[in-house]
Amino acid sequence: MSVIDVREAITQAHREEWARVVAALTQRFGDLDIAEEAAAEAFATAVERWPADGVPPNPGAWLTTTASRKAIDRIRRENKRGDKQKEAQMLYDDDPPEPLGAIDDDRLRLIFTCCHPALAMETRVALTLRMVGGLTVSEIASAFLVQEAAMGQRITRAKAKIKAARIPYRVPSAEDLPGRVSGVLAVLFLVYNEGYLATGPDTDPIRHDLTAEAIRLTRLIRALMPEDGEVAGLLALMLLTEARRTARVSASGELVTLDEQDRGAWDAALVAEGHRLVRERLATGIAPGRYQILAAINAVHTSAHDVRDTDWSQIVALYDQLVRLDPSPIIALNRAVAVAELDGPEVALAAVDRLEDKLSGYHAYHATRADLLRRLGRSHQSRAAYDKAIELAGNTAEIAYLTRRRDQLG
Amino acid sequence: MQYLVSVIFDTDGLATQDEMAAIDAFNERLEAEGHWVFAGGLASPSSATVIDNRGGEALFTDGPFVETKEYLAGFWIIEAPDLDVALVLAAEGSRACNRKVEVRPFL
Repeated sequence: MSVIDVREAITQAHREEWARVVAALTQRFGDLDIAEEAAAEAFATAVERWPADGVPPNPGAWLTTTASRKAIDRIRRENKRGDKQKEAQMLYDDDPPEPLGAIDDDRLRLIFTCCHPALAMETRVALTLRMVGGLTVSEIASAFLVQEAAMGQRITRAKAKIKAARIPYRVPSAEDLPGRVSGVLAVLFLVYNEGYLATGPDTDPIRHDLTAEAIRLTRLIRALMPEDGEVAGLLALMLLTEARRTARVSASGELVTLDEQDRGAWDAALVAEGHRLVRERLATGIAPGRYQILAAINAVHTSAHDVRDTDWSQIVALYDQLVRLDPSPIIALNRAVAVAELDGPEVALAAVDRLEDKLSGYHAYHATRADLLRRLGRSHQSRAAYDKAIELAGNTAEIAYLTRRRDQLG
Repeated sequence: MQYLVSVIFDTDGLATQDEMAAIDAFNERLEAEGHWVFAGGLASPSSATVIDNRGGEALFTDGPFVETKEYLAGFWIIEAPDLDVALVLAAEGSRACNRKVEVRPFL
């Protein structure tokens, strides 16, 4: 086996086995910190040994065994130092193993612990990427534009809180499950959006590393909870958005809006997979949640081979359904964009203007107004709205697009 | 595992009769289900005295150790197997006393 093959095997093992190793060790030793450190050491040992010894026949089992030995070594070392409090502080689960069927997986416990509502949102994101995603602290820090030391401290503090406050390592009860799943999905959606709408002057407009990681983790949760509608909905939403990724930014780094995208450049396999998931949920006849409706809206868009074939009345109807679940001004703004296609820009502008109080600090509000004013021939007001949108936007591709649009005004 | 559930409040005034009745019912439930350790309401922060005896001679200062808009109005100490259980109980406690609460684990 060549050096490159071994390196590839290690990368693959890391992608497939990291969460499993951390989860199994947390279950066995009752301590996230020990599990994380031992897993990292096991992978470092693989990097050292596999090139000489060869890749073991079952890499996952090898890594779990090696990590367990490292963990036992550390616990022995600490016990020698008389760390008597350790045992009392261990994460624990005194419930007898429940017959959980499809969702009885240590990785699921790990995800729910990392996304616990007693942790701050940014902490949940960091902890999930580290413990479940296997990203290094430095990778997570650069993804969220913070110093590595600060990110390390955030993760260390989170692990300490989990231990001290005894955040349990278990899948929540059926009664709490919907709320807790939606907390997990919020974390994954945030990771995806941070990749898809990356902000910062020195940042690529789309961070494929983050979008890919969010999709990978959502696929994992989908595999663990195949019956959950919102999990399927979020995965479909991500896939249908990801399918348009390459068509969304031009060669010169400018945002290409949906109506101007080369639909032939969309990833047909991702579109097909997203559509399958949306159809699967529709077939259940169960009322859809927020992510399922957003996925359905994206399914309507991606079903049109030409923007002129878009079924706008269906899209507006889906937004109406969404507004009933989530009366947020951002949903209302997106609904207005669809209304412009169905009832014309004047009707849409009136709806957008009603959102001024809540959205005047949001670049998309001004960008939407600018576009509607342009279509109504009100160039002067349109220019002012573009100026405001450019001032507030953080994504480089979006700024380039808005600037060109403004400069094209008559 | 024990948790301190602190009751946070920001205006003068004691619990109303309805609040007291709800707190009593909640306390009885805590006792019946084995979560009860201790609980109490506190007089207003202006009745506090700070004592510093680190220097050998006790210094007494009138008033609370820190002046804040929000203050500790009372507390529960509860027994719970983990934070999930403690959070559910604290949420019920907050509804019963009609005030914000904070949950903090004992070492």
